[in-house]
Amino acid sequence: MQTRYKILVFIACLIPFALLVFDIFTDSLSANPVEDITHRTGEWALHFLIVTLSITPLRGITGWQNIQHVRRMLGLYSFFYAVLHLSIYLLDQSFSFDEILTDILKRPYITIGFSALLMMLPLALTSNRFSMRKLGPRWKRLHSLVYVIAVAAVLHFLWLVKADTLEPVIYAIVIVLLLAWRALRQRHMNRLNS
Amino acid sequence: MLIKKPSDIKPSEITDKDVYMNRRKFMQAAGSLALAGVTSPLLAKPSTQGGSGQKLANVIKTDYKVDRPLSDYKDVTTYNNFYEFGTDKKSPAKTAGQMKTKPWQVTIDGEVEKPGTYNLEDLMKPHPLEERIYRFRCVEAWSMVVPWVGFSLGDLLKRFNPTSKAKYVEFTTLFDPKQMPGQRRTVLQWPYQEGLRIDEAMHPLTMMVVGLYGEVLPNQNGAPLRLIVPWKYGFKSIKSIVRIRLTEKQPQTSWNISAPREYGFYSNVNPTVDHPRWSQKKERVLGASFFAPKKPTLMFNGYADEVAGLYKGMNLRKFY
Repeated sequence: MQTRYKILVFIACLIPFALLVFDIFTDSLSANPVEDITHRTGEWALHFLIVTLSITPLRGITGWQNIQHVRRMLGLYSFFYAVLHLSIYLLDQSFSFDEILTDILKRPYITIGFSALLMMLPLALTSNRFSMRKLGPRWKRLHSLVYVIAVAAVLHFLWLVKADTLEPVIYAIVIVLLLAWRALRQRHMNRLNS
Repeated sequence: MLIKKPSDIKPSEITDKDVYMNRRKFMQAAGSLALAGVTSPLLAKPSTQGGSGQKLANVIKTDYKVDRPLSDYKDVTTYNNFYEFGTDKKSPAKTAGQMKTKPWQVTIDGEVEKPGTYNLEDLMKPHPLEERIYRFRCVEAWSMVVPWVGFSLGDLLKRFNPTSKAKYVEFTTLFDPKQMPGQRRTVLQWPYQEGLRIDEAMHPLTMMVVGLYGEVLPNQNGAPLRLIVPWKYGFKSIKSIVRIRLTEKQPQTSWNISAPREYGFYSNVNPTVDHPRWSQKKERVLGASFFAPKKPTLMFNGYADEVAGLYKGMNLRKFY
């Protein structure tokens, strides 16, 4: 039962990717396909990050324990779309090392976006049962890096828009709410324990 | 450099009165068509997504050409920065169709001897329509090549006798949140405003545009009247103009108000001065292959021979 449900989620998470590939091959992207693909993969990386962060509050609110089992997979999908996002950027820069380095050092939105992706790397590598067992309580501490990544990702978006900040501000609010829920729950727990 | 100067034949020598009259008739026909479009939603709809579909008559071909292929008509008319119709590139093509461009009036005032408000047809009447193929470079580091149809702004301004105090020209876009849904949110300060120095405005390359690809300008491209200054970033080329004011002081411009550090008054295309947040060295030529590397951006967008003289002795890093 659980495996089937996991496979279903696995396939569902590939739908945005499939749609993107479909749009590429049917020529339904805009006049600037590179920009389109960059934006769409970036957005989906952020969507999956938010969905991943929503699992714990959702479980707390609904008591639905089963969703816990797909959290790691959702996080890995965020990483998957973020890697696509970075790859397209590298392609856009014609893999020119100089220019990429200049961008990372000089452009704050790229600095922070690139940092977010780098921080995702250890989390992606340890998103498996073996690492969880091996790292024990340190695993949880390591994976709390996801909160920093979420903030960095939303700043990356906010710092790149020209004038219309509505969309990144909405993402920022959602992420603040998700983090606030955790902070409040922590306070509540502490109070119960004391 | 493949930009050639147009021949010295005066427009009046090639365009006789009959041709004028024909164009007048065409404008009237276009007017009634547009009116029909407004009254009948069924008629208005097809014109939204694509172009206007109305051919312009008697367009004179010129020698303004560039060494790159023309962009696809579809790209030019569906990938637009026109924040009055939404901040994404696709929205203008979808929603600008609702804007009513007939009748259209333009106020010309400020430091001119003959200020007034004029019907667009009357403003256009004396000017033969020319097709000019220009490079178009957006501040976002992409570019197109567009065959614009219109006439030199300088020729228009001269008719209103600018006074000796006319040092700048200020342009204003229509403000009408009912027709321009993007104006319901203050993304930029509305109405959109742009400006040029008088010598930039009088430069023969600077153009008042009423069409593209031989057709009446589609709404999403700034119908019925827009500016094109090919050596400046695209946002300087203001769309759907309702007012042209000649001033003694440098006018304010919308993007400069929004982010003064990022968008200067001049905003000349300049590969050596980066936007604070991204490089301006290269540009993605739209329509090129997905894997095609970006092309180097040219100083003054390739129009240095014609316009560099305007900025002699100026520090272009300071006056960005």
